[in-house]
Amino acid sequence: MSQFLQQVINGLSLGSIYALIALGYTMVYGIIKLINFAHGDVYMVGAYTAFICTAWLGFGFFPALIASMVVCGLLGVLIERLAYKPLRKAPRITALITAIGVSYVLEYTMQYFMGSEVRTYPNVLPKTIYQLGPVSITTHQIYIFAITIVLMVALQFIISKTRMGRAMRAVSVDEQAAELMGINVDTTISFTFLLGSALAGAAGILVGIYYNTINPLMGLTPGLKAFVAAVFGGIGSIPGAVIGGLFIGIAETMVVAYGSSLYRDAIVYAILIVVLIVKPTGLLGKNQREKV
Amino acid sequence: MKRDFRKLLAGGLGAAVLLAGCSSASGSDNAGDGGSAETGDTVKIGLNFELTGEVSSYGTAERNGAQLAIDEFNAREDKPFTVEGVEIDSKGDPAESTTAAIKLIDEDQVAAIVGPATSAPSISTYQAATDKQTPVVSPSATQVDAMLNGDTPYEYAWRVCFEDSYQGAAMAIYAYDTLGDKKAAVINETSDYGQGLAKTFKEKFESLGGEVVAQEQYNAKDTDFASILTKIKGKDFDVLYIAGYYGEAGLIIKQARESGIDCNIVGADGFESEKLAELAGKENLNNVWYTTCYTTVNASDELKSFIDDYTAKYDQAPNMFSALAYDATNLVLDQLEATGKTGAELNEAIKKADFSGLTGSFVFDEKTHTPKKTVLVVNQKDGVQTEVDEVEVK
Repeated sequence: MSQFLQQVINGLSLGSIYALIALGYTMVYGIIKLINFAHGDVYMVGAYTAFICTAWLGFGFFPALIASMVVCGLLGVLIERLAYKPLRKAPRITALITAIGVSYVLEYTMQYFMGSEVRTYPNVLPKTIYQLGPVSITTHQIYIFAITIVLMVALQFIISKTRMGRAMRAVSVDEQAAELMGINVDTTISFTFLLGSALAGAAGILVGIYYNTINPLMGLTPGLKAFVAAVFGGIGSIPGAVIGGLFIGIAETMVVAYGSSLYRDAIVYAILIVVLIVKPTGLLGKNQREKV
Repeated sequence: MKRDFRKLLAGGLGAAVLLAGCSSASGSDNAGDGGSAETGDTVKIGLNFELTGEVSSYGTAERNGAQLAIDEFNAREDKPFTVEGVEIDSKGDPAESTTAAIKLIDEDQVAAIVGPATSAPSISTYQAATDKQTPVVSPSATQVDAMLNGDTPYEYAWRVCFEDSYQGAAMAIYAYDTLGDKKAAVINETSDYGQGLAKTFKEKFESLGGEVVAQEQYNAKDTDFASILTKIKGKDFDVLYIAGYYGEAGLIIKQARESGIDCNIVGADGFESEKLAELAGKENLNNVWYTTCYTTVNASDELKSFIDDYTAKYDQAPNMFSALAYDATNLVLDQLEATGKTGAELNEAIKKADFSGLTGSFVFDEKTHTPKKTVLVVNQKDGVQTEVDEVEVK
């Protein structure tokens, strides 16, 4: 039993990371129906930004967190303006392929400047291990949970209570109608990329500190898994992305705990296939009729 | 010392052979057919390494080590001939590597080839080398049975490193006999390297009377090992064997120590990197041992001067790979000098060589063309290598 609880904690910390990345996927998909495959690499850029801030510039944890969120947010806007905006009227597959191209550009640009070897983080966040009865939890894990929850609540607040949030929802329902109502669609879409990418930046620094290793291709697998999480939770749904992320994290951990460690990646993709067959809209996704 | 004496002796002998060999060999310029290396001649050695591509860090370190050996040879006043290293890039690709080896033999007429660093590109040169009767010495093709073509070894192919599986057995002996551990848990990477090590460790440990209570596997580039470690933590074991490379092993050690697994941790030469201490955290690298063939702990004078010369020349410290390539090149140069011959005679001399280098002294096992070396076990104290022990595998 204590092993089970410990595995739940392991799964939740892994899942929180997936959730933060999945939020970005789901927001972008919600607003322009684009699977932004470069998102995992934005998360990688976040990890490197925080590395440079902490290891080279001597920032503390919170300044580095904010710096990497800002850099990633701006990078997201830049990617949207340069790569996706010119293609907004093009067939959806064109934008999708462009997203894969952007992903390669980010990976190999980073490799060019920072080298392909793994890098380790300095110890910016002191680590204490708390024993809660049979299970142990570290300060790093607590930070990961807490930051994920705070960011999710903040995001939910922005989307449901602010003017910009209302504009985002309007654009996601009907872009042209929103424009006719006086909403600046371009700004709204850029803002969505800003928010989603900033969350990926936060995930980047958390992973760097939690695992103490980063490399230019680190975004690939978590990016795909977070995409599965977003699909599982219902792509386009904010709470769905968080639930999906946590679910995938726990599923992966449990497969290792009670099955074989070799199936940890397989289970994630098996979930994707099952979801697409049984309930393609995901857990919290809305059943929308195709607009004609 | 021993080696120096042999060199002297070999020099005299070589001169005699040269005189005798002149008339018969000079008519034929086919390198494979017993050509000769005469005083004042230039003898070419092929350096077939991964200079670009994913494993270029190994290839470059080995090219540097091999070139240093050649430069030292050429700097000697009593050198019987001049050696020229002919570099070629195999890009880590087996097909490129075969083409490179054929070009070196046919166009450049090299006496022998050193390299490549990794197993698959090395193996792909062995058939061509044997057909064309030009010895090839791989510094670090550690794959199990790499030298075998079916049941017999490729006649002209050699390596100066030990096989992956050999280290696994060595560590099992060390853990059981020296550390006194009776129960082991094994975590291995799903690669040939990880599986080969885990298999032989397990077999040897069990044959000694120990028990392997758990075995888990992971894929290269995994970063989260909490679930594996939580799973094995419930079991009772004295030693944890990690069969993998430093990138993941460092993280496993860190996460294991933090989750309260404080038993002995042992591994293989995949641990050999300064990154291990960075990834695992210095404070977590205690009671950690690994097998290797190269260490700077208690360095001999020969090794110290190698490190100094290498650092002066390339502006970075040498590693295990540069030392292996240095040894492989010296092995070839010694035999070239001793026989004054290329082709079949050179190969025969390599076969019978009794070599002593930076990575140990050895003779070849004629059945596998692999050296019989002692395995070194290095101890870590707060992330620093402190002690070194030797293990003999019987």
